[in-house]
Amino acid sequence: MATTSITLTETPQVQSYLALADDALVLGHRTSEWTGHAPLLEEELALANIALDLIGQARMLYQAAGELTGHSEDELAYLRDPPAFRNALIMELPNGDFAFTMARLLLVSVASDQKWRSGFADPVLTAIGEKAMKETAYHVRHSAEWLIRLGDGTVESHRRAQDAVDALWPFTGELTASREPWLRAVAPVLHRATLQQPKDGWMQSGGRTGRHTEHLGHLLAEMQVLPRTYPGAIW
Amino acid sequence: MGGKANRRQTSRVMADPATRLWEVFIRARNGLAHRHAGSVHAADPEMALQAARDVYTRRGEGLSIWVVPSDAIVASDPSDKESLFEPTGSKIYRHPTFYEVPDEVGNM
Repeated sequence: MATTSITLTETPQVQSYLALADDALVLGHRTSEWTGHAPLLEEELALANIALDLIGQARMLYQAAGELTGHSEDELAYLRDPPAFRNALIMELPNGDFAFTMARLLLVSVASDQKWRSGFADPVLTAIGEKAMKETAYHVRHSAEWLIRLGDGTVESHRRAQDAVDALWPFTGELTASREPWLRAVAPVLHRATLQQPKDGWMQSGGRTGRHTEHLGHLLAEMQVLPRTYPGAIW
Repeated sequence: MGGKANRRQTSRVMADPATRLWEVFIRARNGLAHRHAGSVHAADPEMALQAARDVYTRRGEGLSIWVVPSDAIVASDPSDKESLFEPTGSKIYRHPTFYEVPDEVGNM
């Protein structure tokens, strides 16, 4: 018997928690899809570590949202449909190749790291940020070093890295409230990677209000199938 | 897809000079020495350090990491075992077994 979805009353505070939590969960899930497919054992573990960092951040944020909504972290993760998710669209895009994965991780992690470091009036987010910023700092370091090597590597790795940055750029508008600090942090990495920084133009949006790409439904179907098919299953 | 072609492919990847082998040494606590933890493949020092962190410090094992190119290690020849190591076997007086180590000394 399938479980019905939950509906939430989203105050601005609940929505701000969910935006952060859904960003972390959806990118964490995407990153976990590399398990068993990474190019090196070392990178397999690096990606698994990053996925677990992100899912851990999502759990803390869902618990905080749960205090306000009366729903458990599992209900928030598993019993909402795509339009109820508040993540930025860039998180749900398929992994593509390794260059795309690393380019996205950099563009997203720079924004997340700056967000956690900028501080919050909310003490709950401040406490979560204390832990999360140590993780995001490493995600920035790891993805930046890879992107530099891919961009400044072979002809093919350069082409793939440039294609990835070009394809991702229109999805970066949703990541930040103010773009300048983010650009200042991303630009030197692209420069060292010998990659062209795309011009800012029209930006994709809609994730924060639940208008998602076709990819989120497929991601959630895979992520949610077990708890929805066997409600309350434990192992 | 002949097995022979696959093997050739595999050996080419394994021998790829872009992914050197590095030995990893981890120091778990202040006051202890770095200990050999294992090895990783990586293209350069920074990636080797990150690989070592990701592979060998997932459960809070480390406070400090060293990575050293495996080919920088000079190893003794196993066939030199007799001349290098057996002469110490008869020199029991070199062992500090005649002393009680006070508990306060801790790690030695």
